[in-house]
Amino acid sequence: MRYYDKLIFELSKKGRTGFSLPCNEYGRHVSELPSELKRSSSPELPEVSEVDVVRHYTNLSQMNFGVDTGFYPLGSCTMKYNPKINEEIAAMSGFSSLHPLQPACTVQGALEVYEAMDKALSALTGMAAFTLNPCAGAHGELTGLMIMRQYHISRGDFGRTKVIVPDSAHGTNPASAAVCGLEVVVVKSNADGRIDLADLKPLLDDSVAGMMMTNPNTLGLFETEIIRIAEMVHAAGGLLYYDGANMNPLLGKVRPGDMGFDILHLNLHKTFSTPHGGGGPGAGPVGVSEALRDLLPVPKVVREGSALKVVGRAGSGDETPLSAGEVSAFLGNFGIILRAYAYILMLGKENVRMVGPLSVLNANYVKECLKDSYKLPMEGVCKHEFVFDGLIDDGASKAADGQGATTLDVAKRLLDFGFHAPTIYFPLLFHQALMIEPTETESKETLDAFIDVMHRIAAEAAENPAVLREAPHGTPISRPDETTAARKPILKWNG
Amino acid sequence: MSKIVEGLKYSESHEWVKVEGGIAVIGVSDYAQKEMGDITYVDVPEPGDTVEKGVEFGALESVKASSDLFSPVSGTVTEVNEALCDAPELINEDAFANWIIKVEMSDPSELDALMDAAAYSELVGE
Repeated sequence: MRYYDKLIFELSKKGRTGFSLPCNEYGRHVSELPSELKRSSSPELPEVSEVDVVRHYTNLSQMNFGVDTGFYPLGSCTMKYNPKINEEIAAMSGFSSLHPLQPACTVQGALEVYEAMDKALSALTGMAAFTLNPCAGAHGELTGLMIMRQYHISRGDFGRTKVIVPDSAHGTNPASAAVCGLEVVVVKSNADGRIDLADLKPLLDDSVAGMMMTNPNTLGLFETEIIRIAEMVHAAGGLLYYDGANMNPLLGKVRPGDMGFDILHLNLHKTFSTPHGGGGPGAGPVGVSEALRDLLPVPKVVREGSALKVVGRAGSGDETPLSAGEVSAFLGNFGIILRAYAYILMLGKENVRMVGPLSVLNANYVKECLKDSYKLPMEGVCKHEFVFDGLIDDGASKAADGQGATTLDVAKRLLDFGFHAPTIYFPLLFHQALMIEPTETESKETLDAFIDVMHRIAAEAAENPAVLREAPHGTPISRPDETTAARKPILKWNG
Repeated sequence: MSKIVEGLKYSESHEWVKVEGGIAVIGVSDYAQKEMGDITYVDVPEPGDTVEKGVEFGALESVKASSDLFSPVSGTVTEVNEALCDAPELINEDAFANWIIKVEMSDPSELDALMDAAAYSELVGE
């Protein structure tokens, strides 16, 4: 990897441009702007040519690591390969040139994709209907909780303000509940790493709006008491919410709707192979059971005879009074929905059933091969991912300073061998958590190469943990000073 | 092994309380700062805000995690350690010398439910 760390401002040369505009013969018409809206100095923008810009960003992009460059076993993120056919279809001008305000009669094909995706996701999850409007997983969570709240309010039950969240939950669950104005109550895990029913029972009273769960949970373990949990939550008058972050191992095999979940969101950028990265664009479609169908957000795509219409927007005259409202300006990140739909069609009904089993097989293979070098706190079959609690021998007994290698050191050392690090220090249930999710798109050869390197790192740690503590040795930047970066961040160019 | 100061009261969520008359001086334990790692940001309330026993009143952020601060007592915040806003590392340097807030207690009997140094030492396994 060639080292490149320039800022575009460093390339700037006064007067250099990438364009040539004709002389302005009409003057500058800014006099009518109020003075407080006018800037007093010129904007400080980099002055560069087109080739400067292209080389700069191409060089930066080559400093990057992605699923297109190597294995990316980041637990909880489902970093599966993103098939290029998704991109080809999304780039077709009949889709990519659409404007969201075009009359519905001119975008029937796109609306058909929306309708078909609603049906495909409903079939795969066992829900009655979907909205595809939320633009990210956390946005889907918020939308789902708004539906949950709306459900209780629509029944005239205003006292349900609490949401139960397991202690192993993704951080977005309590955050989404708080943003939705609901109070978070934590339910503990038992010694098997699953929800403790004895701890859950006393929490279920008439102040509970619902419970959020991930199944399999963040330890990669299937919640075997899910049917009982659903009964308990429903008996208390609450709704059960499914965080679709870990849907991958269940895809085509088990449906959240059949387990008793009332509301769920899916991360298309995880389970359905659309790109991760750069904070988006993502998509977090939300599905609901039949009883909650009318509460779905607007706008909605509805079929009238052979035509599809977009209805329900405020002020349109066809509002749906029970709806939880508008959660995004239009019909979500359509380009992402399209990519995910292409993935579903590419796999087809027969092959989609293989996604879950293969992701589970890959995870268990890696786990069993590595458990003699890394501490495995939860024995038994996992689903798509698993968590180690650090090294079995961290080398502390042999080190001169008595300091062994930590999970952070293992993760940093992996970079030297061309692998992305797994998720570390999450879930918080273990101090040295190392969370690995291989996904179904990796071959046995890739998994074996990763396993070899993980064994080699464990052997290095036992012999000389300093090798790990100083890693990575081969990357352009070794260990950035994260503490100073967080305490005293420099957020703008100080040229 | 982390430091535990005798004569203070401790909560299960790793806050310590030093009683000065009707005022509770509140900080986090040395064990807590070690678990958090390098602290990068301290989120504190304003003087005059009320706090409630067991309810979060602020948060610590480190490069590793973000962790809520829970008030060991109920009352009104009289003073906030402003120095921590610019220098959160003070908590890593000495978690007992660098208190976070001072609270005028509304119910000093709440102190009885807190642990002493010996009980806290047992909780953190040292």
